[in-house]
Amino acid sequence: MSTASDVIIVGGGLMGSSAALFLRGHGMSVTLLETDLIGRQASGTNFGNVRRQGRALHQLPLANRAIAIWRKSRELLGADVEYLQSGHIRVCYRERPELVGAMEDYADKARLEGLDLELLTGNALRAKFPFFGADVLAGSYSAMDGHANPRLAAPAFARAAQRMGATIHENTKIVDAQKVGEDFLVTAQDGRTFRAPILLITAGAWGNALSSQFGEPVPIVPRGPNMSVTEPVPYAIHPAVGVMTPIEEETVYFRQVARGNIVLGGSTRGPSYPDEYRSYVLPQNTMSQLKQIRRLAPALSKLNIIRVWSGIEGYMPDSQPVMGPSATTSGLYYAFGFSGAGFQIGPGVGETMAEIIAKGGTDIPMEPYRIGRFAE
Amino acid sequence: MAEPRIIVVGAGPAGTRAAEAVVKAGIRPIVIDEGRRDGGQIYRRQPDNFSRPYEKLYGTEASRAKALHDSFDALKGQIDYRPETLVWNIAGGQVWTANGHVQETLTYDALILCTGATDRLMPVKGWNLAGTYSLGGSQVALKSQAVSIGHEVVFMGSGPLLYLVASQYAEAGAKVVAVLDTSPAGARIKALPDLMALPSVLWNGIKLTRALKKAGVPVHHQITPVEIIGDAGSGVKGVRFRKASGAERTIGCDAVAVGYHLRPETQLADLARCEFAFDPGTHQWLPRRDADGRATTQGVYLAGDGAKILGARSAEASGKLAALAALCDLGLPVDGGEMTALRRDVATYAKFARGLAKAFPWPAQQAAALPDEAIVCRCETVSAGNLRAVMRETGAIEANRAKAFSRVGMGRCQGRYCGLAAAEIIAAEAKIPVEQVGRLRGQAPVKPLPIAIGEEG
Repeated sequence: MSTASDVIIVGGGLMGSSAALFLRGHGMSVTLLETDLIGRQASGTNFGNVRRQGRALHQLPLANRAIAIWRKSRELLGADVEYLQSGHIRVCYRERPELVGAMEDYADKARLEGLDLELLTGNALRAKFPFFGADVLAGSYSAMDGHANPRLAAPAFARAAQRMGATIHENTKIVDAQKVGEDFLVTAQDGRTFRAPILLITAGAWGNALSSQFGEPVPIVPRGPNMSVTEPVPYAIHPAVGVMTPIEEETVYFRQVARGNIVLGGSTRGPSYPDEYRSYVLPQNTMSQLKQIRRLAPALSKLNIIRVWSGIEGYMPDSQPVMGPSATTSGLYYAFGFSGAGFQIGPGVGETMAEIIAKGGTDIPMEPYRIGRFAE
Repeated sequence: MAEPRIIVVGAGPAGTRAAEAVVKAGIRPIVIDEGRRDGGQIYRRQPDNFSRPYEKLYGTEASRAKALHDSFDALKGQIDYRPETLVWNIAGGQVWTANGHVQETLTYDALILCTGATDRLMPVKGWNLAGTYSLGGSQVALKSQAVSIGHEVVFMGSGPLLYLVASQYAEAGAKVVAVLDTSPAGARIKALPDLMALPSVLWNGIKLTRALKKAGVPVHHQITPVEIIGDAGSGVKGVRFRKASGAERTIGCDAVAVGYHLRPETQLADLARCEFAFDPGTHQWLPRRDADGRATTQGVYLAGDGAKILGARSAEASGKLAALAALCDLGLPVDGGEMTALRRDVATYAKFARGLAKAFPWPAQQAAALPDEAIVCRCETVSAGNLRAVMRETGAIEANRAKAFSRVGMGRCQGRYCGLAAAEIIAAEAKIPVEQVGRLRGQAPVKPLPIAIGEEG
């Protein structure tokens, strides 16, 4: 006999775990199924930016909703996920002066969405943050953004959901999902079955395997983030820092955690293999990342990196997630394919999906995330 | 056909003999070594301007050390030797090396990993105090720089190195306050049939214990370490331990060398994506290999203590054997009879090593008994209590999961010094066999890598 609940969630990353927590808040019974362990891939291996600035403007309402949850995360989760509202700076280089105009334009529009950004010249930035290199032309400072620890966040949401009464099954690989009558019937590799009238797919890079079973394939591409971390040094760099540039290789970022290590990310993405649950940091990507970090913050050249890592992320061609109801099947919902930028909005996604499922709608604009956009 | 590209990593006994076999086949290998000079750890060569004789430096192993060094010196014109060079990653049939800030990428047809070993450590309360060294570290200080780690030194732990280093210190004139061995004397008797595989090595070991006795060094068997005492300001002040009788005793000292035999350095095999298997005899995860040293990744060969702790003599044999296997796989002629003889030698050494593992057992039970306030992971300052609390809160019972949540094994050494003990603590707390805890996955860089790597100018 299959296990029944109001909602089945497939995928135990940050999206699925936070959705489980908020669905319990609406009084719905929830079964969360995770193929491996909670939060081990994209949710657990990303950079940890809790950053609103730089997001597509239409994402800002969702990002604002998320930031409210991050701020109360300690009380909500009963755990410290190392969230620090310590600011975020986005800079551009001298050879791309046109980006200063783009930064100003973004700041004007973001202000209307409730995100205040302060534009600073390179010299003003260097006066305040002396680690910046000579190539930095200007920057946009968001005082109310920050960072958190991805290794801790999704598992903390899952544990909170469990305490609220959600049922969580790890090491449960789903091989089949279909609608039978009024219910979805979800089957695990070991033969266990789960039944519910509502199904939410939050399976990241594996999302397409499930949406395809409902006639909605999406062009998702698995990639792995390129991450490194230094040895701990005295805590001195409070904001997270990133580069605005059209060149992928130049796109690096870093943040210092309170205990002193500096986390480095970006430059290029590595291959990842969802079928094997593995992804690899290519040595050449580490090299290009370090080169770009030296340009952004020459002071960091004196440090060593002690570890690199990656994970499995799902990228969509327009860098926007698939989020909202299915176009083919009633009772089916999606939230996956966050394209390397899901961490900050994650809790907002969970709360919004729970709202849509429990209340039938939300004020958050969902149009850009429709799964149907790929079929058109 | 182009000459096959063979890379040997390590210039200790295994690496030297591997390189020698490759050269003998008419091929010029690249030999990459982290050390400033060849010899590895056991036959570590002193700095150029030091002049202590072989007998003083290597004792009973003087002639072997000299033979190995002479062999390496003779190879120098015929190999591409890269000392002070770290292999920091392996991917797609290439090794990535760092020498200072200079980075190079080298392609191989065969990669012979002779990466050696480090001390196997068991935490004890207070081992994070200044003045606590590993046995291997204390030996390096003496062998390389002719210095002692302190004025009054206690040697604590188990394994052949415990007696070797203590006697080397005593002979060099350092004050050895005591040797504290966790293994029961009876274990050595039980191990005798295996240890008899190499009577001369066994006899050398017996001579060491006699020399210590003659030098008036007290040796206590079957002790349980309780605490290294001292304070953050002045470091180690003494060692408290429990005798076999149950009575506690404190010995004053200003330095302690600890260690429980050795563990192989397997991170490069891991980065080369070799498969690993749990070895119940030593409670260690080892890269799988065939009798000749072939790893599960094609083109990768494993030799010496970096594959399994079988000692320096075995390393010379397995290094040569792995090189012959590589040459054979590359289609070059090799002497089958020689390979058979080498396999037989390695099997003899393996029997002796089994005896050592029985004589000086890894005290897994100490991890279970470790007090909550004892630091387990010194890089990240994670105590046994931190680790246990994280397990209780999160339910993590797998090594990498426990690392992700507690930071145990997440620091500079990547768990090379605390990983085995942390796994035992997890196993004891979760009441599961230690092999179920799994092993920490290796991540590049193998050792800290400068951000300035590859910098121009």
